[in-house]
Amino acid sequence: MMATMEPEARDLFGSLPEQDEQAAARLHARLAAAAAADGILDVAYRTVDTPLGTLLLAATEQGLVRVAYPGQGHDAALAQLAELVSPRILNAPGRLDGAARQLDEYFSHHRRAFDLPLDLRLSRGFRRTVLTHLLQIPYGATESYTQVAAAAGHPRAVRAAGSACATNPVPIVVPCHRVVRSDGSPGGYAGGPDAKRSLLTLEAA
Amino acid sequence: MADFGPMVLRVCRAVVGPDEAEDAWSETFLAALKAYPELDEGANVEAWLVTIAHRKAIDATRAAARRPVAAGPLPERPSRTGRPEDWDGDLWAALAALPAKQRAAVAYHYLTGLPYAQIAEITGGSTDAARRAAADGIKTLRATYLARTTEGTYLARTTEGTEGEGR
Repeated sequence: MMATMEPEARDLFGSLPEQDEQAAARLHARLAAAAAADGILDVAYRTVDTPLGTLLLAATEQGLVRVAYPGQGHDAALAQLAELVSPRILNAPGRLDGAARQLDEYFSHHRRAFDLPLDLRLSRGFRRTVLTHLLQIPYGATESYTQVAAAAGHPRAVRAAGSACATNPVPIVVPCHRVVRSDGSPGGYAGGPDAKRSLLTLEAA
Repeated sequence: MADFGPMVLRVCRAVVGPDEAEDAWSETFLAALKAYPELDEGANVEAWLVTIAHRKAIDATRAAARRPVAAGPLPERPSRTGRPEDWDGDLWAALAALPAKQRAAVAYHYLTGLPYAQIAEITGGSTDAARRAAADGIKTLRATYLARTTEGTYLARTTEGTEGEGR
């Protein structure tokens, strides 16, 4: 809501800037540091530019909790985190420096495995079991949805394995892009089929 | 909540002045962040933040009163630190000269648009008292601060000091 700007108030507070970018940046950084020190920065987030677009990264104190593609909507992802994890969310890049750096290395062929603490709380039950298995598929390799279902202990739950991949909250780092159709075609992907193909091509190079 | 950052900063600057404003802002948002999960859904976040800021401003004023700083006349400087984002020192000089209740009522009403009934809840007292405090405050400011604009001193300062605030 904007203030009721009667002419009088405009004269009066005209010299008091409505937006003060420098102060805002300074204060935001200070708040993020203070919140982290007090243990109330439940979710920190930042964005990172990659060949697949700008990704949103979010982490709890436990670890990386969300990676969202532009097409998934960063605002929607943050709203979901506010609802399912905590509304105490701040743009606080510090906690995600490691994740951002490792993604950078991954996209520039300097990293084949991520070494990051993960918080998989957005995924439960069988889906979580599937994600845990995906972490064991090596760089450059692929598995079919059928193989993944079997490895996760429910050979007939192929469709459920597919939806576990589709709802993977931390794509790329949990490599659901390494799961393809039995006929070898890539299949669906949270970041879109082109993103999946790009990742598979990257890892094949 | 972040949407209200600039608004709360304006309020803090108007109520506690340039030196204490950023401390007050930080304490307000840290407290708000702590309490946020308990805030009722559908609550007026703006009024809630101003309520917290008001309490922090009272704390800051009390702390400042206890501090053994030379309390001479307010300096006639447009900026205390030379930072470009610093705002007109004349306005703070005029606001600082107001009784705290009037300063709060003027800031909350004119910078956030909160109705007087809500301001009264924040500052204590009746709605009429809040309205009166704002009216008295404005009247004084008209005589002290706004009168300067016609003399040119304030206008000269805005052109050199606060460019880029066009809207």
